[in-house]
Amino acid sequence: MTVFKHELRQGWKSLLVWTASIGFLMAVCIFLFPEMKGEMESVSHIFASMGGFTAAFGMYRLNFGEFHGFYAVECGNILGLGGAFFAALIAVAALCKEEKEHTAEFLLTHPVTRTGIVTAKLLSVLAELLILNGAILLLTVLSVLAIGESPDWHKLLLLHLANGLLQLEIAAVCFGVSAFLRRSGLGIGLGLAALLYCLNIVANLTEKAEWLKYVTPFGYADGAQIMTDGLDAGMLAAGMAYAALGIAAAYIWYLRKDIS
Amino acid sequence: MNVIETRGLTKYYGKARGIVDLDLTVREGDSFGFIGPNGAGKSTTIRTLLGLIQASSGSASVLGRDFVRDRQAILREVGYLPSETMFYAGMRVRDVLKLSADLRHADCGAEARQLCERLQLDPGLRMESLSLGNRKKVGVVCALQHRPRLYILDEPTSGLDPLMQREFFAILEERHRDGATVFLSSHVLSEIQRHCSRAAIIREGRLAACGDVAELSKTNAKRVTLHGKAELSGLPGVRDWKETPDGQSFLYSGDLRLLLKTLADAPLTDVSMAEPELEEVFLHYYTEGGEPA
Repeated sequence: MTVFKHELRQGWKSLLVWTASIGFLMAVCIFLFPEMKGEMESVSHIFASMGGFTAAFGMYRLNFGEFHGFYAVECGNILGLGGAFFAALIAVAALCKEEKEHTAEFLLTHPVTRTGIVTAKLLSVLAELLILNGAILLLTVLSVLAIGESPDWHKLLLLHLANGLLQLEIAAVCFGVSAFLRRSGLGIGLGLAALLYCLNIVANLTEKAEWLKYVTPFGYADGAQIMTDGLDAGMLAAGMAYAALGIAAAYIWYLRKDIS
Repeated sequence: MNVIETRGLTKYYGKARGIVDLDLTVREGDSFGFIGPNGAGKSTTIRTLLGLIQASSGSASVLGRDFVRDRQAILREVGYLPSETMFYAGMRVRDVLKLSADLRHADCGAEARQLCERLQLDPGLRMESLSLGNRKKVGVVCALQHRPRLYILDEPTSGLDPLMQREFFAILEERHRDGATVFLSSHVLSEIQRHCSRAAIIREGRLAACGDVAELSKTNAKRVTLHGKAELSGLPGVRDWKETPDGQSFLYSGDLRLLLKTLADAPLTDVSMAEPELEEVFLHYYTEGGEPA
């Protein structure tokens, strides 16, 4: 519990900044919708006929003039990318930062087990993601109510849930990576999140690469797909399996790792 | 009871040598010095005993417990001061001390306040503003505030000014008098000579010597100082020869009669022979293939 609380205390500023940034951007988009609604009706067919660009973001499946379509692409991408970067950032640093900042010697020479440390750090990462998503969802709901829209809340919540799971998967994989590192893994974490995002775009562009949707969590968290077909259980199962592997790797490696 | 006991303890970093076949025994209540230059394996030994790194082979017990299986129980009764003390940024001294106490599920507030006073450490200071010496003091308080049974101190005085060094050793001696065991790793030999009753010398990862500090200092080599000129070339057993303003000085472990015969005809004004300092004995262990002098 001490390590868990300490981790949260260490990370609250970063959590606040990321939550405020993502939440603010999403709220701005929501507040822009009423103004853009009329124009969107007329540009929807343009968005739906932009070839590769349209396919890349699944825009042919959505109507931009409707709140769902607008929200899935605009807010879905902000939450997807922002959340993925934040999840990667905190998880990839979780274990290796102790060695990078030379605090591992302090922490590990106290009567705490390595299993306990890994668990506390993992829980703190999950708690930060929960706080981030909870605050953003609250802000989103308030913003939607403020502009007087009455969307299908089930679909909207499903999009948020899918993004939460996407963050969980990326965090778990990065957490596993963190156990193997001794120096900063920032580049690896952000690079991985960006790569996974790009893989989904590639998968959207060509049918031959559709299998990539089983590699990247952006596959099951794709706004267009959530709004039309819901959450794909197969893709989600593959993603959660990767998450489980990441967490297992963290425990196995960190428990036998020489601390420098 | 042996507080630290290692049997054939070995650690290799890949192919690089850490420690090899280390057999070390520290008894309860000892004030034990662990001597060796940088890279000899002192920190590797300590880090292995504390479970920071895994031994390649061998076994060890600390406070009568297995150092791998009972790591958590061992650490509850150990106060460890690393050679380089690093802490979390963005915290104040009191937060770090509280964190250390909380990790031990102990209330060390009163003890921490007393130690901070004696070491003149302001608990309100921010960690990032601390000098090397003040950071070391935080490490000292973290290692001492829970009054452990065993103190493992790695180069404890580096960064501390002489007054603070004196206060630190005064506290340590009080704890030792109260029955605690002190394991002091250092390459400052005067520290070991002054504050430890037993010591081990580690050389290239292996134990070179172990015993009472007085015994280790006592060797059959003598520090010979000559005032005047004498021709010593070809005399076996002369080491560490130095020229002095009016003569020469060297360590001699050869046949005494042969030395006296050589000196008899030399134009000398004075001759003195003394026990070598621990430092000289120590340096001997680090000469190529050094055997006990």
